[in-house]
Amino acid sequence: MGPSGAEHNNFPGDEVELVLRNKNVILIVLIAALFAVFPLMVTSGYYLGILVIVGFYSIVAIGLGLLLGYAGQVSFGQAAFYGLGAYAAAILSGTYGWPPLLALAAAPLLPAAVAAVIGQPILKLKEHFLVLATLGFGILVYILMKEFVDLTGGPSGYTGIPYLSIGGLVLSTDKQFFYLVWFLAFLTLVGAWNLVNSRMGRALRAIHGSEPAAEAAGIDTARLKLKVFILSAFLAGLAGGLYAFYISFISPSPFGFHASIQFVLMAVVGGAATIWGPVVGAFVIVGLIEFLRWAVPVVLPKAGGEFEIIFFGLILVLALLFRPEGIMSHKRRKQRSEPDAGKEAAGTCST
Amino acid sequence: MSPESQLLQYLISGLTLGSIYALIAIGLVVTFNITGIFNLALGEFVTLGALVSIALYAAGLPLIAAFALAVLIAAALGAVMERTAIHPARKANATILTLVIITIGVGIAIRGASLLIWGTHPYILPPFSEHAPFTVAGAVVIPQSLWVLGLAVVCVAALFAFFEFTYLGKAVRACVMNRTAARLVGINPQRLSLAAFTATGALGALAGIFVAPITFATYDMGFMLGLKAFVAAILGGVTNVPGAIIGGFLLGILEAFGVGLVGSGLKDGLAMIVMILVMLIRPTGILGAFRRGA
Amino acid sequence: MLDVRDLTKNFGGLVAVNRASFSVNAGEILAVIGPNGAGKTTIFNLITGMLTPDEGEIRFQGRPLAGLKPHQIARLGISRTFQNLELFRAMTVAENVMVGAYTKGKTGFVRAILRRPGTTAGDRKRYGEALELLRAVNMAEYADEPAESLPFGLQRLLEIARALAAGPQLVLLDEPAAGLNAGESQALVAFLRRLREQNLTFVLVEHDMATVMDVADRIVVLNFGSVIAEGTPAEIRSNPEVIRAYLGEDES
Repeated sequence: MGPSGAEHNNFPGDEVELVLRNKNVILIVLIAALFAVFPLMVTSGYYLGILVIVGFYSIVAIGLGLLLGYAGQVSFGQAAFYGLGAYAAAILSGTYGWPPLLALAAAPLLPAAVAAVIGQPILKLKEHFLVLATLGFGILVYILMKEFVDLTGGPSGYTGIPYLSIGGLVLSTDKQFFYLVWFLAFLTLVGAWNLVNSRMGRALRAIHGSEPAAEAAGIDTARLKLKVFILSAFLAGLAGGLYAFYISFISPSPFGFHASIQFVLMAVVGGAATIWGPVVGAFVIVGLIEFLRWAVPVVLPKAGGEFEIIFFGLILVLALLFRPEGIMSHKRRKQRSEPDAGKEAAGTCST
Repeated sequence: MSPESQLLQYLISGLTLGSIYALIAIGLVVTFNITGIFNLALGEFVTLGALVSIALYAAGLPLIAAFALAVLIAAALGAVMERTAIHPARKANATILTLVIITIGVGIAIRGASLLIWGTHPYILPPFSEHAPFTVAGAVVIPQSLWVLGLAVVCVAALFAFFEFTYLGKAVRACVMNRTAARLVGINPQRLSLAAFTATGALGALAGIFVAPITFATYDMGFMLGLKAFVAAILGGVTNVPGAIIGGFLLGILEAFGVGLVGSGLKDGLAMIVMILVMLIRPTGILGAFRRGA
Repeated sequence: MLDVRDLTKNFGGLVAVNRASFSVNAGEILAVIGPNGAGKTTIFNLITGMLTPDEGEIRFQGRPLAGLKPHQIARLGISRTFQNLELFRAMTVAENVMVGAYTKGKTGFVRAILRRPGTTAGDRKRYGEALELLRAVNMAEYADEPAESLPFGLQRLLEIARALAAGPQLVLLDEPAAGLNAGESQALVAFLRRLREQNLTFVLVEHDMATVMDVADRIVVLNFGSVIAEGTPAEIRSNPEVIRAYLGEDES
């Protein structure tokens, strides 16, 4: 049989080039341009501030999406990694006087190291136990943040985080942070895309499809899952470090269980098995929270606290009910019908 | 206070805490045995039991009537949860993981609703009996602790009687062991699942009512209680009701002494450490051998 | 090439494999047969490291496999297929084969994220190889279809193609002909013979006696986890103990 007859088969990696050629590139340029000019157009600091936060969350959610949608693992403790990154950046720069940029670069290493240590045993757990172990880990870290008062400032928070400066440029405005965080979010997106469309990405999807078969193909499934777990912790830590410098004052409360739930929601709502889905999820969830904080007090003037969790719960249940295969489903882009019977005969072995 | 009575004091508060954990853990384990999932929303039913009965009592109902109504409401909510969230997901072949996350979602929704209704203030329920705290060998005993302990004993006895002496109880045990066999003897696992969520909802509410006079009731009181009940269940080997009860008391005592040693702030952290360690080192529970002997 | 010595595996008091010993010679097709529950698939799972033996030893090219994880054993050159198809259903046919060739690739995790030069070239090479392999089994036209859309017979074939993609020395086939029609089975037999000529070694578990007698160089017969006979198809066919095991005499 000659080498011809398969010209219609495009090598999947050629999508890289295709992206540059086809209409997608226009879309991407448009979105990028929108992001670039957005800060120049808005006059309201409120919206800009929200978009900066969405940027942090997007980075966390992309990492969690890889873990959920590709490695098939769940983490209800992602906010702990986010918090560890924030405290590492704050304490290294504030208490130990590291240059802020160095502290920001080092911050993700703490959660990544923690993930490397706890990941090995925890990822062996299944179902309830994986859920509860990650959840328990998140709560434990949250308690430690509150209790190690000497280091973290305890429940009243940590003050004295210096401004982030890159070269001689001191980052102090929302606008500057907007560009920084979305630049990094974009890099994260590209990195995640690269990963998923590579030998490693195929291996991940294979684990998802059938773990025994993946092992039989020579894939060290436990190690690969661990790597994705570490990557997700690293990204959460990076976002946390950025958050610390942006907000300049941190306390344990944004790193608790509800934040972990929020991250899971972002990954789930947008579709965990797509790369940009979690980013969409971050926009949707943050938008929802802001809307509720505005709308609910209008209806219920007495409402206080994190009442938005009621909707988190409902959305989580609804999302799972209407995607019954579970949040870790791997929806393919194309839905194909069964090949017709005529084709069937063509597939027998040649002799 | 002498060191001995100090230790006794820790032991008493440990037993009180432990009986609360044990009560909720019984609900967790029974649901798990029947349905194969942990109801991680169970802690919120504890909250509801406490807050609803307080609200009804404040609205003028007699205390007993308020309790009964609160338990009924929680039971009904348990049934609604099973029908609207668990049952449809199961029908759509949801994985266990999905079902567990659904129970977390339901739990958060209930907590959010409690927050909207009751806000963040603590509420107080009067103790069941108006005796003053008394001392035993130098350690102070709050009468309400005895009520909680008593409830735990009554619940365990009632469950034991149900599973050992009634036809339905035996049938439920059969269903736990073998779903097909259960169908053969005419038991519908779906109805059983509904019954399990209803009954454990009621049980959770009851635990909340009994604990409310000791701890104050807040919208988020149930979350940690539910998690610790899980720790108790896993200590006892997950599927094992006597094990869960012992696990509950063990955790309660550990925490009571832990508070004495490391301070109250780290108490909850202790439970999380125990949970993670047990899952990693001995997933069958430290009382895993218990079941085989039974 | 593969030596199994006194292999024993219990499942909670039930003996699945009982002191089974046999060898596989390089370049042969060895069939393992036996009644249902005779322990055939268990032996595959023991060889590939998915189960740990209670007793006994497995050596591959003289090297003991004890303590190795499935992916490590795969890397030594042992591939397998699964009785209840374990395809990566959501991935395309070509991607399934490319995953089969996972061990040939070098791109690591961090390199993949950074997309270092060469990663795409490596992928393209894998894709070309996958197409070549798919052409050999007449499946190239399905290359970019999701695996789950294939008819059952082709899914079996894809499993075999995936197992071959790594360039293994020994391939374990778990009921490769199950669910195939007569024509498909015959094509499969011819295909396996051709591969054997390229010096591949096969062990197959099979129920379909016609296929077994047709393709196997030697046959090992298992009953209740023990090897009760070993020999050429002709020898096995006339072995009274084998006949008894299959007809179920004296069993209780």
